[in-house]
Amino acid sequence: MFHLRLVPDNTKIPFMNGRFAGLITSAVLSIASLILFFHPGLNYGIDFRGGIVIEARTPQAPDFASLRHTLSGLGMGTVALQEFGSPQDVLIRLERQPGDDAAQQVAADKVRGTLAQAIPGTQVRRVEAVGASVSGELFANGMLALGLAMLAMLIYIWFRFEWQFGLGAVVTLLLDITKIVGFYAVTGLQFNLVAVAAILTIMGYSINDKVVVYDRMRENLRIYKKMPLRDLIDLSINETLNRTVGTSMCTFLSVIPLALFGGEALQDFGIVLLLGVFIATTSSIFIAAPILLFLGENRLRRGAPVEGPAAKEPATTP
Amino acid sequence: MLYFSRWKIYMIVATCVAGFIMMLPNFMGRDTLAALPSWYANSRVALGLDLRGGSHLLLEVDMATVIRDRVESLIDGARQQLRTANVGYTAINAADKAVTVQLRDPAQADEAVKALRQLASPVGGTALGGGQPDLTVTADGGVVTVALSEVALRDRSTQAIEQSIEIVRRRIDETGVNEPTIARQGNDRILVQLPGVEDPDRVKRLLGTTAKMTFRLVDVTADPNSGRAPPGTEILPSAEGDRYQSRYVIRKKVEVDGATLKNATASTNSQTGEWVVNFEFNSAGANRFAEVTKANVGRPFAIVLDNKVISAPVIREPITGGRGQISGNFTAAAANDLSVLLRAGALPAPLKVIEERTVGPDLGADSIRAGLTAVVVGFVMVCAYMIASYGLFGAFACFALLINIVLTLAALSLLHATLTLPGIAGILLTLGLAVDANILINERIREESKKGRGVFASMEAGFSRAYSTIVDSNLTTAIKMALLFIFGTGTIKGFAVTITFGILISMFTATVLVRLMMVTWLRRTRPAALPV
Repeated sequence: MFHLRLVPDNTKIPFMNGRFAGLITSAVLSIASLILFFHPGLNYGIDFRGGIVIEARTPQAPDFASLRHTLSGLGMGTVALQEFGSPQDVLIRLERQPGDDAAQQVAADKVRGTLAQAIPGTQVRRVEAVGASVSGELFANGMLALGLAMLAMLIYIWFRFEWQFGLGAVVTLLLDITKIVGFYAVTGLQFNLVAVAAILTIMGYSINDKVVVYDRMRENLRIYKKMPLRDLIDLSINETLNRTVGTSMCTFLSVIPLALFGGEALQDFGIVLLLGVFIATTSSIFIAAPILLFLGENRLRRGAPVEGPAAKEPATTP
Repeated sequence: MLYFSRWKIYMIVATCVAGFIMMLPNFMGRDTLAALPSWYANSRVALGLDLRGGSHLLLEVDMATVIRDRVESLIDGARQQLRTANVGYTAINAADKAVTVQLRDPAQADEAVKALRQLASPVGGTALGGGQPDLTVTADGGVVTVALSEVALRDRSTQAIEQSIEIVRRRIDETGVNEPTIARQGNDRILVQLPGVEDPDRVKRLLGTTAKMTFRLVDVTADPNSGRAPPGTEILPSAEGDRYQSRYVIRKKVEVDGATLKNATASTNSQTGEWVVNFEFNSAGANRFAEVTKANVGRPFAIVLDNKVISAPVIREPITGGRGQISGNFTAAAANDLSVLLRAGALPAPLKVIEERTVGPDLGADSIRAGLTAVVVGFVMVCAYMIASYGLFGAFACFALLINIVLTLAALSLLHATLTLPGIAGILLTLGLAVDANILINERIREESKKGRGVFASMEAGFSRAYSTIVDSNLTTAIKMALLFIFGTGTIKGFAVTITFGILISMFTATVLVRLMMVTWLRRTRPAALPV
């Protein structure tokens, strides 16, 4: 019976040979992401910055230039127009209007009125108007959720594994997240509550992946008492590679439809998750494992110094 | 680990069947549902506003006004108390959450304090008494301060928000919106969800009006355009409909309060054909109205709504029936809105909309369609991969995945949880995360059998070794989603809900159910080698 194997059996890729390349690439990407985070910064969505989003469907494909001109004439700051989905669907974004929360309402009504006048028959399909006090709270809560999630993971891993594993996982997680944030900065995708959900999901996925690989390393540490840590890590990664690739594949397959038909809100979510799955999977191999190798040499095995070539010794299996 | 007792098998099968039955009402038509008992017909997920279309409004009660009103009424009370107690004062001022009185004679401070203490009423107590006075009165030389206590302020704002919610509910009920949700949020906010409302303009207009109506006398001796109002009066603008004057000098004293109205309806005046609002007082209001109109025949009587004069007709004869009519050059819609507002009563303080999210019904329908397509496509692709990779065991996993979706829907239906667009994304993502357990198990079984273990031993080892990893990975995701649920708002909570349910249920479907299927298959066929 034929079975699809994405990774052939008995694969022995010496991943730890690439440990410096992996770490350096990751560090460079993360530092670049941090720079991008501060300049030009993220494109915060209305959840976090306040403002107005109106989604409209016009009878025919609208003339964007004249529509932009008409709406800019209202004197409400920058008006961003975006086509998405079909050519008749327009997304209109306005920055937060000066004044109190009620000012958003006034502006949204004005745009609606203007739209109905400029293109008769236009159907307003969605209106979102968020004032400054609400967006401030949403932002604070979003960041709190991310911070607490990070802390929760630290505590969880700390209880679950030796400290070397915990440190490795958390550092890797930080590197993963900075890259996702960098992706938001580069692409200008809206950073909003959905983005927070995406990052939390990726954090969860990344930790899962690390737990699986680490679990196997711990198991192998008990079985092969004399194998050098470097070989042992390579062995563990190779043994779990089929699972790693398989799970990534399935998550990919389940997320692809989101990126394809998710609509305005979820399309971005899908795209970011696809990237996140890739980052989380590769970081388990190229970041988390090397960190463990650096931290764990001579320490993970109490007393037993590392000896020369691997004396493979299938110890008593439980 | 591989042995299932008979009752355990029954339990597992019963759970799946029950889940299937409980999620069925989601896919039934209205007619079928009507024929079913309500406990069963109600087992459906509620669709979020982003899927069914509707308007979500977050309102904020202006607490500063609430406190200012309280301080102002305190000033009135203080004036009266001091007059009765014969205490002279040179000035009486509103300060931040307090009133200060400058006494003419500092020696009277004790008397003043005693008199002003009478204003206090207990708050926070029970029906049996207790509680604390809502005011603290202190004297410092010739200045007496009457301060509202912290408890009193809190009590007042709680009252204001509860009252506001009641009024908001009444006003919205008048508009005929189906199944509105009106809930308090935090200390000064009200969440209003209006399913099916595509353009919330009218609702926003209705909620944006305080609708405090008073009947007051007009001071005809003063010139409204002079800019200076004589003591005890104020200059108020007229509402847009008034044809006669743009400003009036209105006495501050409220002759009849709109709170005494019993009913209000819009109709057309049979003679002029214009839209008017007819109102009717309760008995106390009717008596008061009769008294005032009797004493003031020939004088204009102003109807003031939110500090604007709607009209100021001259009283021709005493009105004793407790009924009256407001004509303010209304349009049909304006007359209707005003009657709604008067029927529902006045808000204790202005409300403002601080967040609006409105989705049209056909965008909602599009989202449902897109969501369903995405779930079906995702399911098919994941299943294809699983079957291609693990053959029969992959098919078992796919069946378990299907049951997972069924049970997730059943759980959401039983709890009447709200399904949102991000919630659908959560279901989709669960597909990928749930099969992780099966991949772990299958890979492990494969490894063990390659090491030369027997069929049963490999299975046993595969399940038991993969188990702790599965628990770990699901637990970490559940922690994340709990945080998202606590700190997220609106539709995004739906994502946390579906993913948490999906993952917890996968602990049952992907491990217990799949194990049952595998074991049953093993016992039936007794294969020499495992098909992985």
